[in-house]
Amino acid sequence: MEAVAGEKLKEIFLSNIYAIPDGERIKECQQCGTCSSSCPTAEWMDYSPREIIAALRAGLLERVLGSNTVWLCSSCYSCTVRCPAGIKFTDVMYELKRLGNKYGYVDRKTTTAQLARAFVKTVDRSGINAEGELLARYYLATNPLRVFTQLWLGLRMLLKGRIPLFPHRVRGRKSLQKMTAEAKREV
Amino acid sequence: MIAPSKHAYAYYPGCSLTSTNKAYDISARNVARVLGIEMVELEDWNCCGATAYMAIREQRSFVLSARNLALAEKEKLDLVTVCAGCYLSLHKTNKYFAQNVQMRRRLQRALKAGGEEYNGTLQVRHFLDVVVKDLGEEEIKQHVVRPFEDLKVVPYYGCQITRPFGEIDDTDFPQGMSRLLSWIGAEPLDFPLTTKCCGGMLMITQPETGIQLVGNILSQAKKLGAQCISTACPLCQINLEAYQARASRRTGKDCRIPVLYFTQLLGLSLGLDPKKLALGDCLTPTAGVLAARSA
Repeated sequence: MEAVAGEKLKEIFLSNIYAIPDGERIKECQQCGTCSSSCPTAEWMDYSPREIIAALRAGLLERVLGSNTVWLCSSCYSCTVRCPAGIKFTDVMYELKRLGNKYGYVDRKTTTAQLARAFVKTVDRSGINAEGELLARYYLATNPLRVFTQLWLGLRMLLKGRIPLFPHRVRGRKSLQKMTAEAKREV
Repeated sequence: MIAPSKHAYAYYPGCSLTSTNKAYDISARNVARVLGIEMVELEDWNCCGATAYMAIREQRSFVLSARNLALAEKEKLDLVTVCAGCYLSLHKTNKYFAQNVQMRRRLQRALKAGGEEYNGTLQVRHFLDVVVKDLGEEEIKQHVVRPFEDLKVVPYYGCQITRPFGEIDDTDFPQGMSRLLSWIGAEPLDFPLTTKCCGGMLMITQPETGIQLVGNILSQAKKLGAQCISTACPLCQINLEAYQARASRRTGKDCRIPVLYFTQLLGLSLGLDPKKLALGDCLTPTAGVLAARSA
């Protein structure tokens, strides 16, 4: 898919951000860095949370979407509860994830995005998440050889009956699919 | 909301509690039975639309939660869950439904397309909060028959029970689980990392980050002299119990420590058989914890 960029992407980003409850508070950022110092994964990020907002202000949205920062957010909400300006930064990160996924900033190496995609596919099919199916989809989409890193743990879990061989599905999934289709139509 | 018994709830287990974390489900149900909490499993519940779904589809993730709320409302019961992730998704959806008119209309239209409706009459609760607040010290202590003696425990909540809303306890340093642990005779330790992130699904997708975060938590607990970690989130539980050898190698510190759900510790003090708490499911040794109960 051709990546959407420039003014068009910026327009979509801002309208989506402002649609989130309290989304407009992003304008109040004082660059104090409380978010970055609260973030458990900042040390692995290309840009820290504070730098993400600085980069967005500088018009570097594409670079933000291509950075690893967005997908290193584990949504622990530490930044959100501490931000003195009341910015719900975790929700901003969610929006950046969705934007990057939808407009072509995700590839095989964006592993966390691939897991999220696999999760959506699994849940859309059955109505619930089945961990075996989730991991199978994930490793196929990224690096199938990596499955071996989980083999020992998988075996121990299987022996303890912690991996069901026939996970159940939601009976009302047809009705559920109608609901999600309706939500999809609107957005 | 009017309930048929004093403590009655619709119970939402969540996906991982049917598989990798079934011990949390089994122990919570049996503990509830002893404590006289009626938990009616929500009929045909579906995925809550957790973190990973939210990262791809926002509205559809809210719809997933809303269907569960609609099903629970039909039972005329508040919804209780033990999974931290499910708690946040369901609670957040319920909150936005109440506060945001646009979202309410959108969710109602979506539910209607599938033949359901929701009017926003119920509350979403976490089981830990129910045990600590609705029952409280006196009622819990009445049921404790085998209190722990000399068992140092660090309470570990993970992220999503207290954040972002901070309604049930302090966002960073909650106290509820410590109080519960002291009621059952254990010695809760002050744990600076009590709500620090375990990395969640990064353990699969960015293992170098996940291992380090888990290693920090485990080694810190060990350093404080804890004999076990008490968890309240299924994903935290598996991250903390399953990667201890790798975490020890990564951090160069001893990261081996038993990790149990708070429901398992509570159940042991209530005199429940370890089998009824699925203690055999643990990947860490539990003999030391069992031995710390009074006779």
